[in-house]
Amino acid sequence: MNRLGRYLSSMVLAIAVLAMPVTLIAQSTMPPAPYAYTQLDDPQQEAVARELMETLRCLQCQSQSIADSDAPVAGDMRHQVRVRIAAGEHPDEVRAYLISRYGDYISYDPQISTTTWPLFAVPVVLLLLAGLVMWRRLGRKGEAAT
Amino acid sequence: MIAEIGLAALWLAAALAALQLLAGFAGARAADGKAELAALARPAATLQAVLCAVAFLALLYVFAITDLSVRLVAVNSHSMKPFIFKLSGAWGNHEGSMLLWVTVMAMAGGLIALIERRLPERTMMATLCAQAFVGLGFYAFLLLSSNPFERLAEVPAEGNGLNPLLQDIGLAFHPPTLYIGYVGLSVAFSFAVAALLTRNVTPEFARVMRPWVLGAWIFLTIGITAGSYWAYYELGWGGWWFWDPVENASLMPWLAATALLHSVSVLAARDALRTWTIMLGVIAFSMSMLGTFLVRSGILTSVHAFAVDPERGSFILALLALYIGGALVIFALRAHTISEGERFNLVSREGALVVNNIGLSAILGIVLLGTLYPLLTEAFDVRVSVGPPYFNPVSAIFFLPMMVVLMVGPLLRWRRDEFSRIIKPVALVAAIVITVLIRVAIVNDISILSMLGLAFAAGLAVASFAPLFKRALHRTPLAIWGMCIAHFGIAVALFGMAADTAFQQERLVATSVGDVVEVGPWTGRLDSVKAVAGPNWTAMQANMLLSYNGGPELEAHPQSRNFWTPQMETSEVALLTRWNGQLYVAVGNQAEDGRWQLRLWWKPFVTFIWYGGLLIALGGGLALVGRVVGDLRRRRQAAEGFDDEDLDDASETVPTA
Repeated sequence: MNRLGRYLSSMVLAIAVLAMPVTLIAQSTMPPAPYAYTQLDDPQQEAVARELMETLRCLQCQSQSIADSDAPVAGDMRHQVRVRIAAGEHPDEVRAYLISRYGDYISYDPQISTTTWPLFAVPVVLLLLAGLVMWRRLGRKGEAAT
Repeated sequence: MIAEIGLAALWLAAALAALQLLAGFAGARAADGKAELAALARPAATLQAVLCAVAFLALLYVFAITDLSVRLVAVNSHSMKPFIFKLSGAWGNHEGSMLLWVTVMAMAGGLIALIERRLPERTMMATLCAQAFVGLGFYAFLLLSSNPFERLAEVPAEGNGLNPLLQDIGLAFHPPTLYIGYVGLSVAFSFAVAALLTRNVTPEFARVMRPWVLGAWIFLTIGITAGSYWAYYELGWGGWWFWDPVENASLMPWLAATALLHSVSVLAARDALRTWTIMLGVIAFSMSMLGTFLVRSGILTSVHAFAVDPERGSFILALLALYIGGALVIFALRAHTISEGERFNLVSREGALVVNNIGLSAILGIVLLGTLYPLLTEAFDVRVSVGPPYFNPVSAIFFLPMMVVLMVGPLLRWRRDEFSRIIKPVALVAAIVITVLIRVAIVNDISILSMLGLAFAAGLAVASFAPLFKRALHRTPLAIWGMCIAHFGIAVALFGMAADTAFQQERLVATSVGDVVEVGPWTGRLDSVKAVAGPNWTAMQANMLLSYNGGPELEAHPQSRNFWTPQMETSEVALLTRWNGQLYVAVGNQAEDGRWQLRLWWKPFVTFIWYGGLLIALGGGLALVGRVVGDLRRRRQAAEGFDDEDLDDASETVPTA
């Protein structure tokens, strides 16, 4: 993690904290990650954050999203996600930030890239194959009538 | 002493498997299936089942008395553990679960040897031979690299204990049912290979194979349903399916078995889809073995962990290559000798079942890809994660068309049919689907997949019983009832999944005693928090009083448990179940200001997911009973000299699904 990145992220955090309503600041007396177990006040933002959290991997557990984990790391990440969403960031930006910080591994939503293209090519091939098999087996009408 | 008896029984069973292999081989080579040696094949299989049962009981015994001189007990058990978890802990580890696998496999082999008399003797001998060949590999794996009865030179004072997440009644049921399903498919595999080798792919063969496939499939269904509910209440966050590789490992054999079940019915009723049925028989058990490899080799934690300690993993990988590769080679060599079978039209029962089979196979391919791909890239040091955002939409591409066919298919006639004949019920169902879709789209702001899920669930719920329309219900064969109920179960489960995904309400709060919490229609308050203790844990228990829409107050007691051997914190959730959903309450840690972290979810109709799973299994059970009873009756009548043509046809007009 470079220094600039850390500086920027702390700036974002600071802005987010300033932007928070007063009631939330009272809750931030619960260190270190108040939003690990607390929802955002705005239900719409919370829903967005929740949807994003379900697609982010908990790095400490085996095969669980950060929305389903008791691990401290997951709690930290939930906090980061909520703070950033509350600060008005788009989920894609948050995801991009987390990927830049933790690597592609963090995201359960693989994007098409040089390493992941088969994940998307194979279903297309399967679809074509399924069509072909059906056309071959079933396309020849009237044969059963004989 | 008991452990040594268990080990000796296992070695003897392995030796009998070798004998069964030779005897079966001799039988399969003889023209009529009768050779001197062949007479030993059946007894060898039956005795193997007994010996494996002895070995398994021996393992249960050493766990029950916590015999710490046995390494497996010392590593995985603890004298203070509740008795039931001592027993279920016997298979909550690598060696024990492999012994369970081998035992179930021997039981299945013994059962076919004992009761299956309908097949031509040559095919039967080839089946027993194949079963023994597969069995031998797993005996070798167990005895050479995973001996469950290994003794320790120095007996430790206390055992290491069992992972607390596994100390649950779920462990008593989930692995055995799943393994019966996994390994039951080995019978289908052996049948398929034997039919290929002896060129005997016929409707009679399909009728023999069907109950075994059906039985394995029922247990797989129950096992997956139980596993999903277990994960749901044990992990403490309300998730019921994670597309986790271990879950996928159980889903893949189920998908293959479901496809096989339908295609074997087509073969039995119409003598079509011959090669396809054989292929699926091979694939289904291959998926079971692949799942075992994934779960048991350690490859899931990390490809590199696997590379560091590759003994067990390579062993199973070699077995996989041998059995799957071998079966595919036989398939490639023999497939051309089997003609394609009867032909049919696109608009026909067979046509619909082909679409179903292709859809299931394609979903299987996607799950396989999504599960293996991250392992593949990890080997090249690129780590990617494939999760719900990938699996949900991509599998839906095939799942949704299948739903449409599922609603229409059972109404179609065999061979060829006209859409105009069934236009009325189809129009009715289409109207239901579209009405629900429009209503949900207007009223609720939910994802497109949930919307489609709700609409298709409604349509399928009606469509699944349409085949009973205008039938004399008391004369309807049990197998048809089974099909309707299983299809209805899919509608119920789909409704549960869509409703929970769309309408779940979440509340995460830090509360003091006396505070009021609201989630969805529920209002509750934290009454008190107190410390409680169990046999091997202590816990903080939150006592909550909750009421639904201002109704009477109900108690809920979620706990945050601390186990001491091994050290681990778990969440023991409280569930308040209503007909229309479940309230899920979990308590977390105490914050520094003294407030308690509470997590509450109101999950509308979530229970329908598992009711649906049970209905699917029930449908399978009815079909199985119907088939077996019908078969027994036919055989009795045949023995008494009746001409049973009519009866035979009547029970074959509709496939079991």
